[in-house]
Amino acid sequence: MLRFVLGRLAVLIPTFIGVSIIAFAFIRVLPGDPVMLMSGERVMAPERYEKISHELGYDRPLPVQYFDYLTDVLSGDFGSSIVTKRPVLDDFLTLFPATLELSLCAILLAVFIGVPAGVFAAIKRGSFFDQAIMSTALVGYSMPIFWWGLLLIILVSGTLGWTPVSGRISLLYYFPSVTGFMLIDSLLSGQAGAFKSAVSHLILPTIVLGTIPLAVIARQTRSAMLEVLGEDYVRTARAKGLPPFRVVGIHALRNALIPVVTTIGLQVGVLLAGAILTETIFSWPGIGKWMVDSVFKRDYPVIQSGLLIIAGIIMLVNLLVDLLYGLINPRIRH
Amino acid sequence: MTDTSATHAKMQDPSRRARLAEFWYYFSENRGAVIGLAVFVLLVILALAAPLIAPHAANAQYRDAILVPPYWQEGGRAAYLLGTDAVGRDMLSRLLFGARYSLFIGVVVTLLALTSGILIGTVAGYFRGWADTAITRVMDIILAFPSLLLALVLVAVLGPGLTNAMIAIALVQQPHYVRLTRAAVMAEKNRDYVTAARVAGAGNLRLMFRTILPNCTAPLIVQAALSFSTAILDAAALGFLGMGAQPPTPEWGTMLAEAREFILRAWWVVTFPGLAILITVLAINLMGDGLRDALDPKLKRS
Repeated sequence: MLRFVLGRLAVLIPTFIGVSIIAFAFIRVLPGDPVMLMSGERVMAPERYEKISHELGYDRPLPVQYFDYLTDVLSGDFGSSIVTKRPVLDDFLTLFPATLELSLCAILLAVFIGVPAGVFAAIKRGSFFDQAIMSTALVGYSMPIFWWGLLLIILVSGTLGWTPVSGRISLLYYFPSVTGFMLIDSLLSGQAGAFKSAVSHLILPTIVLGTIPLAVIARQTRSAMLEVLGEDYVRTARAKGLPPFRVVGIHALRNALIPVVTTIGLQVGVLLAGAILTETIFSWPGIGKWMVDSVFKRDYPVIQSGLLIIAGIIMLVNLLVDLLYGLINPRIRH
Repeated sequence: MTDTSATHAKMQDPSRRARLAEFWYYFSENRGAVIGLAVFVLLVILALAAPLIAPHAANAQYRDAILVPPYWQEGGRAAYLLGTDAVGRDMLSRLLFGARYSLFIGVVVTLLALTSGILIGTVAGYFRGWADTAITRVMDIILAFPSLLLALVLVAVLGPGLTNAMIAIALVQQPHYVRLTRAAVMAEKNRDYVTAARVAGAGNLRLMFRTILPNCTAPLIVQAALSFSTAILDAAALGFLGMGAQPPTPEWGTMLAEAREFILRAWWVVTFPGLAILITVLAINLMGDGLRDALDPKLKRS
């Protein structure tokens, strides 16, 4: 097991260095001059330009700039935003809980509906239910989620007036951020209606962000389940006279869930990509909207370090999933 | 002329015809796949015939017809079957012309990603060694980013627009082809027929592209169908974020972006472009599922 972990880490480190080089390189090729943007001035005398360029370190050779950046990053300094002037890491840590809360709700929705739906479709293979579930899953899988979000706003917020259009909580409520999770903070604040407001703001974004993972998990669970149901040990369990619920729930589902766990882990990248669109539609103050806004404002340090942090998170989660997979399925380790 | 007759003769080759017939047998067993194919063919026809059948020009503005609802709704007019947008352009005509963009995007992105991915993947799988290690690392790096975020930043670097959006999407899709091709080439490389060809004096290039590659196509075809639909979705998403095709291009995602501020006043300007994207992507995914079932020998036996 130790060799397996070390092997994975040995691959991870060069990949991370590569990711940091790409994130660094983007900023140097983006159109627009970072020196002019950083200083916030439109016209500048050449001497002054050189002075600022020197102060910011842009007049040094690129490799030197890169190694400085990498050293800063490794010591926890990700640079500061041009727009807010705040350290990128602070902005990230403020906004990340919003994305995390939304993503967790979305993945919970996807697992708690997707897994049972997939199991049910597999047991009733070829039936009307199977076809209905799989057709719905395919529609969900093909969904342009930015449109799906707008559609839900028209129907649920506009026509029915059930949920708010944007944001995380109504402006009527104010309470200190303890955990960064609005659902928990609103409960802790003890204000009447605050929790309800937080939930009503969360519903539509959760559905929108959870749609594609839900469809993927349902399809994956069904095919994993079908494979397992054809195995000898399931036939043995049936032959022993075990009740169908025990056969499916204990013997089959456990083994079918192994590939599904991997699929769930792989959804992290999908969720973060989906968060870009979902947060933009619902004005959700998370890292997806933050990145889009930074791209439009050409906020170089944020784009650079944001890319690096997000890719780092995805790589870490993938590593964890790999390790978890090695733990559940010993064959992988060798 | 000799070229066409040569390909023609190839098509008549009985084994190829038998294989095509077998493929069609399995493909047509899947009802969804056939429906998907039919819808897709219809979309292609509509896109090609757009200049002939569209009632109005895509960018013609009618000042007397701003935000007219669809024909069947109160206030709708027969001249604008699906209504008009905020500057008085006919929705139906824009959607028809938009189909050309979406299908074009799908074809270009898939071709770009497929050819570059196959080239790089074949080299990696065939030569192994340091080239393979380097290629695999670079692909791992690209895959570490969420694809849409990477495409978004790439477009910001290259400058917003349809061409750059297509290049960016092709670039983030191409690692999937590299991985698939590499794995397939590695599996085929040590088979007897390859050794036989090598002994017969075939060079590296011939071995790579004429001997091995034709036997690796099944997973690539399935991936191509998948990336065709992803390309359309991602291009529409970039258009929606304002980084893809620029207004007044009647690209579906861009149309949605322009319609956003009217969502609570005029449902049709939002509903129809998205529906068009959904139908197109769904049809292609249905076909993709059918292709996978027909080409996957593991499923065939069961």
